[in-house]
Amino acid sequence: MKVIILGATSAIAEATARLYASEGAELLLVARQPERLATIAADLKLHGAARAETAVRDLADSDGITEAFAGFIATLGGVDHVLLAYGVLGDQKAAEHDPGEEQASLRINFTSAAAWTLVAAEMLEGQGHGTLVVLGSVAGDRGRRGNFVYGAAKAGLAALVEGIAHRFAGKGLRAVIVKPGPVITPMTDGFANRKGLMWATPGTVAAIVRRAADRGGPIVYAPWFWRWLMLVIRLLPPAVFNRLDI
Amino acid sequence: MTRFLATDDLVSWGRVLRARHAVARPHWRDELPGLIREGTEAGRKLLTVGLGRSYGDSGLNPDGAVIDMRGLDRAIAFDPETRVLRAEAGISLDALLGILVPRGFFLPVTPGTRFVTLGGAVANDVHGKNHHRAGTIGRWVRRLGLMRSDGGTLELGSDDNAGLFAATIGGLGLTGLIAWVEIEVIPIASAMMEVETIPFAGLDDFFPIADVSDGAFDYTVAWIDCLAKGDALGRGIFSRARHATSGPLAAKKQRAGPSLPLDLPAFALNGLTVRAFNAVYYRNGRRQAGRTPQPYEPFFYPLDRIGGWNRMYGKRGLYQYQSVVPPAVARDATKAMLEAISASGEGSFLAVLKTFGDAPSPGLLSFPRAGTTLALDFANRGASTLALMARLDAIVREAGGRLYPAKDGRIPAAMFRAGYPNWEDFARHVDPGFSSSFWRRVSEGEPG
Repeated sequence: MKVIILGATSAIAEATARLYASEGAELLLVARQPERLATIAADLKLHGAARAETAVRDLADSDGITEAFAGFIATLGGVDHVLLAYGVLGDQKAAEHDPGEEQASLRINFTSAAAWTLVAAEMLEGQGHGTLVVLGSVAGDRGRRGNFVYGAAKAGLAALVEGIAHRFAGKGLRAVIVKPGPVITPMTDGFANRKGLMWATPGTVAAIVRRAADRGGPIVYAPWFWRWLMLVIRLLPPAVFNRLDI
Repeated sequence: MTRFLATDDLVSWGRVLRARHAVARPHWRDELPGLIREGTEAGRKLLTVGLGRSYGDSGLNPDGAVIDMRGLDRAIAFDPETRVLRAEAGISLDALLGILVPRGFFLPVTPGTRFVTLGGAVANDVHGKNHHRAGTIGRWVRRLGLMRSDGGTLELGSDDNAGLFAATIGGLGLTGLIAWVEIEVIPIASAMMEVETIPFAGLDDFFPIADVSDGAFDYTVAWIDCLAKGDALGRGIFSRARHATSGPLAAKKQRAGPSLPLDLPAFALNGLTVRAFNAVYYRNGRRQAGRTPQPYEPFFYPLDRIGGWNRMYGKRGLYQYQSVVPPAVARDATKAMLEAISASGEGSFLAVLKTFGDAPSPGLLSFPRAGTTLALDFANRGASTLALMARLDAIVREAGGRLYPAKDGRIPAAMFRAGYPNWEDFARHVDPGFSSSFWRRVSEGEPG
């Protein structure tokens, strides 16, 4: 099993990489900080990975990504799974007032992620097999005042991956958008009380991500109950929704 | 923006002491210097915590700030030739076993739960059922990385003559932040254990069995029924084991058992239920006496099968009481403690008895020393429980013994200082930017 992980230093990506490592997979880890990548790679090899290669790159920069992605595949000598796991929560208030902040957020969470997703889809289709898993968010299911810039990017990414899954249908390829609820990761470090049923651990989400790469539909919620909770939230009439502080 | 956030989540394993803490949760070694600087500049004393298995207040620091090391849980390097493994301090022994056992290696020393961090194991200089052979885990530490509040990053080994290494082993996290640890591990041929169980009818039978067993087995421990009275006082089940010489290396993964999602009501553990449990456990042990092969997990970690077993003790929590008394007085002091417990009716659910070997513990504040150790847990019933522990204190102190800080939440300062004559030497190595509730309690002011 050969796996490319874009955004390998994210907590969910690292937990998922450990699951792949315990299967003896060959991994290529891509992220910005070389020392952190090296730390993860050494750990994954001790957890059983047959290989753990690294590539240092700012993924928000989408220049020359076709060549870059071909290089990733060449490093591993092929690819079976691609996991895109990077993103930033950003500062919603700043993004509302400051176009620079808003554009930076969309460039990381949507524009660049969409570009990598499309390149990966093209290459998987070209080789005729493989799975593409992209991390979305329940924030993309309905815009809420607290995080709708982030949510808009994740909504766009979800539509993109659904479209790719449609394009892949019947060709033996898979594309999946995994939508976690809130997860206890460095991204949510500023939230005061990260406990209770709403909060998942990276390990819980990682197990769902790993399973989603093998089977199930193109839209996977993590944990599962968010599918029904978000269905209810989407169906709330504005008169009710607007009174909720969520 | 501060990375230390207020939380009520930090509770010691005994659940008696609760307080709001300012906690930072780093994930990378490169974040640590900045956090230490931030805490120090804010004038807060720091303490690192791991998986929170310390029972009392050695892992609490409500007046200062806490760095939660669980996010630094990565293995760094392992050389099967030298058998030296290096890992970040926040890695659990559970994760280390997952790396070591399939390769034919094992932890040189393990406590009764695998859900402790490597850094915590070193900071408490933990011991295991093989203490008579292997000593404490500190004897197996080759090097460690220590970050001090003055910004210094030190790499220490047993060749450190200044004493900071000896202070850090068993130093309760007070000498600075342990960032990573290098330990030597041991080879095993199989993930299975050859286990032998021997029931004994009273305390007087324990010591001869322990003597013979310690010579022939790597691992020895006894469970005792501390509600038995009279002739049956100290009856129990002796268990001794060694790593099997053949069998699979990939241990069958112990399925996560049931987990206690909430505190049991106070009446769940009372004299009757504890007495019934102890009687049944003793009879079961008698029935199953003999040799059996067993995977390592149920042998070393029986309580790990029940997630959050500490909640069995209800909302008021529990106290652990672990003492060691010197060999010459071990029998009499242990008997006196068991009599005091039996007379009080404060049943200890799990009482564990073991003889320690004479391998010197490397830490200035290490708990183990040659003698007999008795570990007890008591549901917190307030004044009566504290009164019983004060009676036990008198017996331990009279015997020249001491108590285990990892398990303590109430030791009087005078008792601590009597048990740890090196404590003032140790205090000189304490990082002025680090502290804990435990340390303030036992080191500040005049002993009461």
